[in-house]
Amino acid sequence: MTTVEEKYDFSAKAKKNLLITIGIGIALTVLGIVLMSTGGHHEEAAHEGGHAFSWINRLGVDIWINNIYFTGIAIVGVFFFALQYAAQAGWSAGIKRIPLAFGSWLPIAGILMLVSFFIFGHDLFHWTHHDLYDTTSHEFDSIINAKKAYFFWPFSEHPSTPVFFIARMLFFFGLWYYLFTKLRKLAFQEDFEGGTASWYSMRKLSAVFLIIFAVTSSIAAWDWVMSIDTHWFSTMFGWYVFASWWVTTLALITFITIHLKEKGLLSIVNENHLHDIGKFVFAFSVFWTYIWFSQFLLIYYANIPEETIYFVERWNNDQYGIIFFVNLFLNFVLPFLFLMPRDAKRHTAILKVVTPIVIFGHWIDFYLMITPGTLKENGGYGLVEFGTMLIYGGAFLYVVLNSLSKAPLFAKNDPMLDESLHHHVQ
Amino acid sequence: MSNTKFILGVYEDEDILLSAITNIRTAGVKIHEVYSPFPVHGIDDVLGYKRSKLSIVAFLFGVLGTSLALTMQIGMMGVDWPMIIGGKDFIPYPSFVPVIFELTVLLAAYGMCFTFFIVSDLKPWAKPRIFDLRITDDKHVMAIDLDQNKIDVAKIDQILKDNGASEVNKKTFDEA
Repeated sequence: MTTVEEKYDFSAKAKKNLLITIGIGIALTVLGIVLMSTGGHHEEAAHEGGHAFSWINRLGVDIWINNIYFTGIAIVGVFFFALQYAAQAGWSAGIKRIPLAFGSWLPIAGILMLVSFFIFGHDLFHWTHHDLYDTTSHEFDSIINAKKAYFFWPFSEHPSTPVFFIARMLFFFGLWYYLFTKLRKLAFQEDFEGGTASWYSMRKLSAVFLIIFAVTSSIAAWDWVMSIDTHWFSTMFGWYVFASWWVTTLALITFITIHLKEKGLLSIVNENHLHDIGKFVFAFSVFWTYIWFSQFLLIYYANIPEETIYFVERWNNDQYGIIFFVNLFLNFVLPFLFLMPRDAKRHTAILKVVTPIVIFGHWIDFYLMITPGTLKENGGYGLVEFGTMLIYGGAFLYVVLNSLSKAPLFAKNDPMLDESLHHHVQ
Repeated sequence: MSNTKFILGVYEDEDILLSAITNIRTAGVKIHEVYSPFPVHGIDDVLGYKRSKLSIVAFLFGVLGTSLALTMQIGMMGVDWPMIIGGKDFIPYPSFVPVIFELTVLLAAYGMCFTFFIVSDLKPWAKPRIFDLRITDDKHVMAIDLDQNKIDVAKIDQILKDNGASEVNKKTFDEA
């Protein structure tokens, strides 16, 4: 067996590039805000809509999209890692350290999400407005009032601070981060101690994590995304959000694997491993489409107004109608057709083009989940969206690559290593 | 009526078989087929088999299924007998998707399956050539078609024996 010591070197140049990316992101965001506040275009719309609209709303929504999107990649990275142990997978032994590093973003994601909830909560979530629960107010909403315990328990009689909602958020991030650090500790313990004891402990912990993740990821999706459209609900929503996170993460793992491979690292990863991870991206692009369509078809066919409103806002809409189809094109048609041939998954050329498209495509998916419900006709796409995406993306990669460089890239004592070395797919 | 003559090398061990295939092919003998009771890893590489084109067949049958489903549904729902169902258009594409999906999968699967049967001589009207009953038990059999090889029979015999064949048999099939 090979005993290569591989370590990712997070070079000063790479750091500089990422900091420049963040800088460009900040510049674009500021430019976008300046153009928006001096343009005056949106003030008319604000009068029509009856809501006071300012650039702060749009910035808040964009930050929220990135919060959800990057939190998802971080936690699903840990999910991928745990899945390999629970399924006793051998092929992935060489690449497991990459998704594990994604988890390092979790504490930052938690803080960002909590802080932005306190700053932008009222712009994002209709249910945070107090007069909805006041029977004497003309804003009183009996539907939301019936759901108030979900947010305000145990103080649902005097809904002011959404205690239950915030407690869940803290609990999820705390639990996820705790399990992530435990898995990480065991993974590095294996490097020093060898043997199979760490592997068995990780397998047990992974099984526990998967059960916890199944429940928490669904509830997180209802809390952070579905509750934006407070009247509307879909029983598939947890799955839908998870499917989107999962494809994004798989595409990102593939992309980083290719990147590291081109730097001469990951010597045990060859086209057979790429083929498998490529199949993952292909298969789960189809899975995402399946979930997306299952949610859509039932609502389309039943044609009940309280359900169709979700798609009326997104499809039968001049602003978002185009993105609705762009979303399907980038996340289904492109990966489906491009990743279908065997060679596309075994060579890096096509994977290098398709995976960034899928990563960007699912950002658009989250944009479509969040923007129409919060900004309505005031939403748009431009410099602020692109800028915040660059800031978050740069920061995320900085944290992840930094964490990757702190530990050996090669799990030299992994009992599955031998199987991975001889992995061969037709 | 034509006779097809085969020379059969019987092998006991798959590792000996694999190296025998390589040596026999380098000696210039064309191998008709190798039969084994279980899948032997890497055997298609040493036999020099190219990757099967079956996946392309599956794709084409899938495309056929998609077009068939679209034609059928548009023809029935939109042209032959238009009806308003649930307030939708006469041709509601989203409602067609499940049928499109099912027919695509059905035709791709059946098309691929039957193509495979026909290509690998498992068609219902094919006369099975039974080279040696022991290939379903514990022996690997390498069949060499004498019509395809211009080498002397005795020489092939010798090459097979030199490369670890436990026995060398001959078999003739009378085929109409």
